[in-house]
Amino acid sequence: MSSESTLRIVWIYPDLLSTYGDRGNMLILARRAAMRGIPVEAYEIRSDQPMPSSADIYLIGGGEDGPQALAAQRLIADGGLHRAVNQGAAVLAICAGYQLFGHSFFAKGTKCPGLGLLDLHSDRGETRAVGELRGDIDPRLGLPPLTGFENHGGRTHLGPGVSPLARVTAGIGNDSQTEGAWHGKILGSYSHGPALARNPAIADLLLRWAIGADSLSPVDDTWADRLRGERLAAAGA
Amino acid sequence: MPLRAKVATSVSKTAAALSRAAGRGDGSVIGGWIGLKIDPELLNHLAGGRAIALISGTNGKTTTTRLATAALEVMGRVATNSFGANMPTGHTSALAKAGSTPFAVLEVDEHYLARVIDATEPRVVALLNLSRDQLDRAKEVSMMAQMWRDALANHPDVRVVANADDPMVVWAAGDSAHVTWFSAGQRWHDDSFVCPQSGHPIERANGDWWCVGCPLRRPQAQWRVEDEGVVDPRGDWHLVKLQLPGTVNLGNAATALAVAAEFGVRPIEALPRLSNVASVAGRYAQVDRDGRNVRLLLAKNPASWLEAFDMAEQAPTLLSVNARDPDGLDTSWLYDVDFSPLRDRPVLITGDRAYDLAVRLEVNAVPFRHVRTFDEAIQAVPSGRLEVIANYTAFQDIRAELDRVL
Ligand SMILES: [Zn+2]
Repeated sequence: MSSESTLRIVWIYPDLLSTYGDRGNMLILARRAAMRGIPVEAYEIRSDQPMPSSADIYLIGGGEDGPQALAAQRLIADGGLHRAVNQGAAVLAICAGYQLFGHSFFAKGTKCPGLGLLDLHSDRGETRAVGELRGDIDPRLGLPPLTGFENHGGRTHLGPGVSPLARVTAGIGNDSQTEGAWHGKILGSYSHGPALARNPAIADLLLRWAIGADSLSPVDDTWADRLRGERLAAAGA
Repeated sequence: MPLRAKVATSVSKTAAALSRAAGRGDGSVIGGWIGLKIDPELLNHLAGGRAIALISGTNGKTTTTRLATAALEVMGRVATNSFGANMPTGHTSALAKAGSTPFAVLEVDEHYLARVIDATEPRVVALLNLSRDQLDRAKEVSMMAQMWRDALANHPDVRVVANADDPMVVWAAGDSAHVTWFSAGQRWHDDSFVCPQSGHPIERANGDWWCVGCPLRRPQAQWRVEDEGVVDPRGDWHLVKLQLPGTVNLGNAATALAVAAEFGVRPIEALPRLSNVASVAGRYAQVDRDGRNVRLLLAKNPASWLEAFDMAEQAPTLLSVNARDPDGLDTSWLYDVDFSPLRDRPVLITGDRAYDLAVRLEVNAVPFRHVRTFDEAIQAVPSGRLEVIANYTAFQDIRAELDRVL
């Protein structure tokens, strides 16, 4: 890939894991980097291509059971994503992509091995979680509340090696108590699809991690703030 | 018709009339619902003795049904569910209301196709396309294709008219004994990257497509769109003059001609009737107001948004998005649509979920202005054309607002 100063974003397997506008996260990261004058290259890596290990930010999205299990198999066999994480790449993993970062998950009724990059495992809940999701993000991350739309049948159980991304104030998330997980520079969330559209501060956190900056110049978030206000209010609680 | 069915038909008609009188819609659902309660086999009885075409798919089925009905009227009276009530209750009402007709063309919700084939034993089934629609509750696209495939396997005599450009449709129809293929183009590819038969990637080039891992590939189309017309199976080109906009509707016209041909209607007979169709359940309708010519385009899922951008003229455009129950509660699909075709025109946004739209348009670098009402939008644009693109309930809201004033 290209020069050292360029920020490289990889969208993992859009041919398998792209059910709910997941492309939005890549578009939003690229735009917010460009607004700060950071040159960006975005790559969509299909499941029949080798996974590069030298990018700065990796995105993985939601999907159905079959593609989820296939994606996990291929990522384990490929090894590129593991190398990237070990080298300190930042990751945003959503829904099915979040589950497969753990030790195991359930797809089509069978327990499947995950990547083991987050200390958690997932199984099926008794009901499907569908609707507005809201939570207070771990104060150590210094971010405003999480807002999202969730649509998943899974429940996720966190081990001691990860922290919850947020405490749930509306919706289900992992288990009605906590939502998502973070460890190092990996973030996982059930806030599905274009999660960064409603949470630009998370996009900026990923950018800061990737370029090693404590802060970024502010950008005009008038419309994003209006959207956040509306959705946080709609979630109630 | 057995007595029970006769009673049910009569009650169904009465209920529909009562419902209309009470101002509760056109009665096409409630009448059918009561009729089916009295006689669960009512749809089967009402279908008996008619030559029927069913039209199904994610997009274009209301318009194609309207056009196929117009084409088939060359042959005689045609019963149809013209109000978009496309589940068995709606079919029951439509057939009961029409009385006895030699023909029927019915739009069928894709989830109900198997049931309606069983009940009506159609002569022709047209399969338009399959793509994602209402993500928070729809079945996976490939599951829908499987359901269609199974339904057709149970009815080997049905003549299928199917879209050669959509791999999901080709797979669903491919084992049928009598398939006529049409090509109307496919603008939306995101739901058919993976072969439904083998799971391998699907490659595309120059309008052709093929699976890299199995024999599934695009069949030769007998009917296709070319320039401003349609080429029939004999290779004859026919100019198609429609009042409905866009190449999408040219494709719908090709499909309607292919369906009508299965009943013996020749394109040359059908074409004048297609050009008489001005609007379809309020869609494409043009309304003049305060010197503005407002045209309404319905877009209910990512594929149909792309089609609407193709139909809309280079004129000020109002986008309206809601996320109420009939729309699906989730707005994530906004990121599956590329809004950049709107960059060089004035764009206005409104609707319950205008803020989602605002953030989406920023990402696409499309300038816009937010308006709170349809009236404000009218005042914000110069005289001339205003294109309105709205999803389902937003479309109904705007129609209601226009009706109130007129
Ligand atoms: Zn194949």
